[in-house]
Amino acid sequence: MNTEFEKQLEELKKKVSKLEKGQKDKMTMVVFSGELDKLMAAMIIATGATAMDMEVKLFFTFWATAALRDPKKSVKGKTFMSKMFGFMLPKGAKKVKLSKMNMGGMGKAMLEGLMKKKGVKTLPQLFEAAAELGVEINVCEMSMDLMGFKREELIDYPNLNICGVGTFLSDAEESKIQLFI
Amino acid sequence: MTTEELKNLKPNQTVDARGTACPGPLLAAKKAIGDIESGEILEILSSDEGTKHDIPKWCQKMEHEFLGIIEEDSYSRMFLKKA
Repeated sequence: MNTEFEKQLEELKKKVSKLEKGQKDKMTMVVFSGELDKLMAAMIIATGATAMDMEVKLFFTFWATAALRDPKKSVKGKTFMSKMFGFMLPKGAKKVKLSKMNMGGMGKAMLEGLMKKKGVKTLPQLFEAAAELGVEINVCEMSMDLMGFKREELIDYPNLNICGVGTFLSDAEESKIQLFI
Repeated sequence: MTTEELKNLKPNQTVDARGTACPGPLLAAKKAIGDIESGEILEILSSDEGTKHDIPKWCQKMEHEFLGIIEEDSYSRMFLKKA
């Protein structure tokens, strides 16, 4: 009877330690959208989570990767298609549009005026804050390749890596919070 | 704590986050809490309405003791004791 109980206790202890190891105080986010409003939501949640002492990892993929381009940098030797993509997509966080009510940039200008008045950080400022707070940015290699973006044309960000979906999945697996924006 | 008790508190540090919107005050609080010792008191000034809900939740998560809020005309003063 006693040994049976001890055995059960031992099994329980193992399960608890496995659970404890499984989920860390960590948040991973897929940042997919390339619009100002959605990117702002992603960056506000990311910086806020660092205040909660969470480790934050962002996986930038598809349209969102365009927001990571540095307008001051340009890369030579691109194919015609890459050049076209580069031309059609916004060059950096300052240039992204609103998903609604953009109205050829008028809506965006109005919103930015309000943001300034109300002390809301702009998207480039949010990227700066995230860098300072240690938010990690992982950029999808496949999206970069597809759109013809090169590592050299991305912003100077202290914790930026180019990686694949495997990195995201292994980070997401041990995160308490996972989001797709 | 009652408002009267809060008013008599002597915070070890005050961080003024008025005029910044979410998540500004929260980030300011995180930064300031690193500068004080355990058991010391931090005061946060914020004009952002949401912060009044955020700071108590943040204290709960970080295990700091939330002491209370004093409402001023256009902002609020929040007090907490570092864990």
